[in-house]
Amino acid sequence: MAERTSSARLSARALRRYSRHLLIPEVGLTGQERLAAARVLVVGAGGLGSPALQYLAAAGVGRIGVIDDDSVDETNLQRQTIFSASDVGRNKAVAAAERLRGLNPLIAIDALPLRFGPDNARDLVRLYDTVLDCTDRFPTRYLISDACVLERKPDVYGSIFRFDGQVSVFGAEFGPCYRCLYPEAPPPGSVPSCAEGGVLGALAGVIGTWQASEALKLLLGIGEPLIGRLMLVDTLGANVRTVRFDRDPDCIACGARPTIGDRPLLVSDEEASTSDVPEVEADALDEVLRDAFLLDVREPHEAVLGSLDGAVQIPASQLEGRMHELDSARRYVVACRVGVKSLWAVTRLREAGFTRLQHLQGGLLAYAARHAEFDFF
Amino acid sequence: MRVLAFARLRELLASGELTLELAAGARVSDAWRMLAARHGALEELANSTRFARNGQIVSCDTRLADGDELALLPPVGGG
Ligand SMILES: [Zn+2]
Repeated sequence: MAERTSSARLSARALRRYSRHLLIPEVGLTGQERLAAARVLVVGAGGLGSPALQYLAAAGVGRIGVIDDDSVDETNLQRQTIFSASDVGRNKAVAAAERLRGLNPLIAIDALPLRFGPDNARDLVRLYDTVLDCTDRFPTRYLISDACVLERKPDVYGSIFRFDGQVSVFGAEFGPCYRCLYPEAPPPGSVPSCAEGGVLGALAGVIGTWQASEALKLLLGIGEPLIGRLMLVDTLGANVRTVRFDRDPDCIACGARPTIGDRPLLVSDEEASTSDVPEVEADALDEVLRDAFLLDVREPHEAVLGSLDGAVQIPASQLEGRMHELDSARRYVVACRVGVKSLWAVTRLREAGFTRLQHLQGGLLAYAARHAEFDFF
Repeated sequence: MRVLAFARLRELLASGELTLELAAGARVSDAWRMLAARHGALEELANSTRFARNGQIVSCDTRLADGDELALLPPVGGG
């Protein structure tokens, strides 16, 4: 028997449970004890968080924090496999924690039903050894990276768009950070989120699982982590490649003269541009449309399943060339699917001299949720 | 020169792989401008896209040589 039968930290039950790890020389009893002593924070219990959390819990990571302020929506179930249909409406962190406790009662789970924000980022990151960025928003990605640089913790990053995924490890000792790779966030609406642009469910599984694997390598101190390398997964072409990137000496977070101070920055183009665009809430849309026009900027493939009577339809991608179809003397409520692309469209229209603009908060999805007869998904 | 486009840029360029004929001494920024001239929609990703020449991320003023492979890597944010 190569298997060891006693451990200061692991019970006989744990040794049996983790026996397929103990059989790997690179893990073994020492490695499994390291995992039992490790603490990992997973930011976002969505498409990436679902597989990452389940593999980390099954692997015996001793303490796992899961933070998410969102609740489970029926449209999440296509890829967020940690949830059951009966979890719809529940907070994601709470529902995920329950599932993980069932999966592995030998570990501790911290359910954090909060938004990961600039006020709690550093304090949360400090409590854990490694952080997984499984979020769906660019501002939060910068925030996680900054907090990890300041607290000297590795940031295991994953992101997905339709058929394409990225994985890397940032902020590890002497390695580059997220800002070294992407110093500038894209303008709001230019890179659709999963809710906006859709995503192949299985890709979330591939990338989130790869993040779990990188985190386990870091905790065990084995192999070659993706530090200073960006892995690109192209599902359609079935190609995986990695490109190298360096630490940027001018990086505002980890460079020679950092300017972010001791507090992580919230790069919140989204919030900044939202603040000065008048919003229409979904409940008030019918009322507002009595003396305004609805400008529907969804792309044709997003709009096939339904629209509102009398709406002007110009997809955001064609807006530049079709503005002449609009009358700047008229009042428009700009709407898209979830309320991100519409903000971008308002910005463009303002630059072109339109002034009587509002945008539909939460997009037509929010409107549809309140009107059963308006059925599209 | 071979150009590889990923994620949103693969969609905007309607192809994951294309060939560009560049003048001698051309830089990464020249390649981008040539593509953006054909596809106006690229403009909004001009400041956030990173470029990898032969597997290494480089700055926009890096010179390109015949036979180089240039990968266009727009940010990807979904999760
Ligand atoms: Zn950096």
